[in-house]
Amino acid sequence: MTNSVVDAPPAQVPDELTPGRSRWHGLRPFLPLVALVVAAVLPYSTLNLPGIFEGPLNSPGTLQLLAICLVFGGLAAGYDLLFGRTGMLSFGHALYFAAGVYGTDILVTKAGLPLWQAAVLTVLGGTTLAALLGAVALRTVGIAFAMVTLAFAQVGAILVARDFGGLTGGEEGLPLDVSGLPSALVGVTNTVNLYWLALAYLALVVLVVHRVSGSPTGRVLAGLRDDERRIGVLGLDPYRFKLVAFTLAGGLASAGGVVYVLIVGGASPHITSSELTLSLLVMVVLGGPGTRWGPVLGGVLYMYLDHRLTAFGTSDAVNSLPAFLSHPLSQPLFVLGTVFILAVYFFPGGLASLRSRLTPLGTALRPRP
Amino acid sequence: MNTVVLLTLTGLGLAALYFLVASGLSLVFGLADVLNFAHGLFLGVGAYATWWAAGNLPGAGSDGLGFVVAVLFGVLAGSLVAVLVELVLIRPLYSRTIEQVLVTVGLSLAGVALLQATWGADPRPFPRPDWSRNVTSVLGAQVPNAGLLLIVAAVVVLGALLAFLRWTRYGLVIRAGVENREMVTALGIDVRKAFTLVFAIGGAAAALAGALGGVYFGTVSPGQGGSLLIFAFIVVVIGGMGSVVGSAYAAVAVGLLQQFVNYYGTSGLGDLCVVGLLAVVLLLRPQGLAGKVAHA
Repeated sequence: MTNSVVDAPPAQVPDELTPGRSRWHGLRPFLPLVALVVAAVLPYSTLNLPGIFEGPLNSPGTLQLLAICLVFGGLAAGYDLLFGRTGMLSFGHALYFAAGVYGTDILVTKAGLPLWQAAVLTVLGGTTLAALLGAVALRTVGIAFAMVTLAFAQVGAILVARDFGGLTGGEEGLPLDVSGLPSALVGVTNTVNLYWLALAYLALVVLVVHRVSGSPTGRVLAGLRDDERRIGVLGLDPYRFKLVAFTLAGGLASAGGVVYVLIVGGASPHITSSELTLSLLVMVVLGGPGTRWGPVLGGVLYMYLDHRLTAFGTSDAVNSLPAFLSHPLSQPLFVLGTVFILAVYFFPGGLASLRSRLTPLGTALRPRP
Repeated sequence: MNTVVLLTLTGLGLAALYFLVASGLSLVFGLADVLNFAHGLFLGVGAYATWWAAGNLPGAGSDGLGFVVAVLFGVLAGSLVAVLVELVLIRPLYSRTIEQVLVTVGLSLAGVALLQATWGADPRPFPRPDWSRNVTSVLGAQVPNAGLLLIVAAVVVLGALLAFLRWTRYGLVIRAGVENREMVTALGIDVRKAFTLVFAIGGAAAALAGALGGVYFGTVSPGQGGSLLIFAFIVVVIGGMGSVVGSAYAAVAVGLLQQFVNYYGTSGLGDLCVVGLLAVVLLLRPQGLAGKVAHA
């Protein structure tokens, strides 16, 4: 056991405390609602954005990509509850997401339960799992906590890969049996319903995280991030508050798994890998830890880039480059990893801090009256 | 009896591989507080550099002295990459633990992708000396030579590391730095030089693990380091961060447990038992077997 204290990300000034400027001030509280409405009516648009999406906006392929992005936006927001808001560096968050994916898949496909029962059971199971494992892992702090959660997640990966009892399908994964599902969620033409489902999930996570971080519990969590010893001195039990945050984040992640398995139509073992947790971390840091919209933005953008960079890598523009450039550029993870390292150095607050960083530049450039 | 001897020796071979990865990881963490996710990358670099040297470097080959040259080249490459990573990426973030972890995470993603971009995702056959494919009879058990090679290499590395920590000035600085870094700095010793040195040693050990692991498994692939790294993390935590001897004990415990349970139980059960062992150790003795002291 070491005494090293993990430096938490710096405390952010809550949005409501920053002074509003100009005529947009009155509109600001409604902006999330406007964004939600825009996202909700998006599938009715036949707008074609060449280069950004392959088909028009309402084509099933585009909607599926958008739905995956939204789910990961929600996942990143849930992970931020741990990392950005409580200062816990967990490397095992993929486990609870995978529990949601595989739990639903197995209960529907192998046990033949109706979807709603499977979903409820899975989310309850995922939350319980998070509570149990969190109770053990939280006995450690800092880097040791990171390693323990990583090891627990590795157990999940091994269980899935070794296919005990023939439940998970091992390396091949487990396709979802769609015969028992509601017909509105099945088939290519109904992709739009899955998109709305993903949007609802994202909205739910953002709402929950927002409510929690504004509540007295959220204040304690922020306190834990900034100075855990002080919270202990104030007579509050850090262990219990951290366990609450860990359990809640685990439950949200398993709910995300339920939505994800419906969108993708099956489970594959790569979602249990530690790489997924690492990418969640990348999303949160790229977006801006501890902010309301940063992680969502980071998650959506990361998944979008992860999918689209593959196409970009095989495009003519990249292939015409010399080999030492075109080969690395055709690997999405190389590009994202490099961007991530640069972001850690040059944009510690992520995308969310971009505006405050650009403000001095804007004021400098604005003509003086 | 034969089976027990065989399982013990193959388990020790696995333990040797874990120890080679974990010893560097443990020293780096103990001294610099860096949880190095890029350690798997050093391993990959070592494996690929050895593989490349055996085919392309004049004087190197897949057999006899040529193989030694190839492995040396691989170790040198891994060490060089580790030093570069420390100097360029880790040093500017000195004492900012989270950022350091994040950078090594990014590096592990980007580095493995780069290996994959250059040599493809599929496993490549590793050039191995003919004798390493044979078996030696030990107490009636037919033990693969590659496993024995790993054990010998790990014992040599352990001995060399302990001698280095015990009898050289830099070893003294490292041991003191693991115990109390502020005090060493206050005495006017530049601990950051020791950081670079520890990274070089760790990178070299990991690269050696990559090269010999290639001989052991017979193939080399970009993702190889990642899966080994998780078990190396477990070994480091069980052994106590910063302790080389603790890592050695923990590696032996983990390797044997994994091998025996995987053989007598279902395949994969051993891996689970290892994580169970980790949980038990953390609950009973959170500082690990040896605590945070670089024992010599």
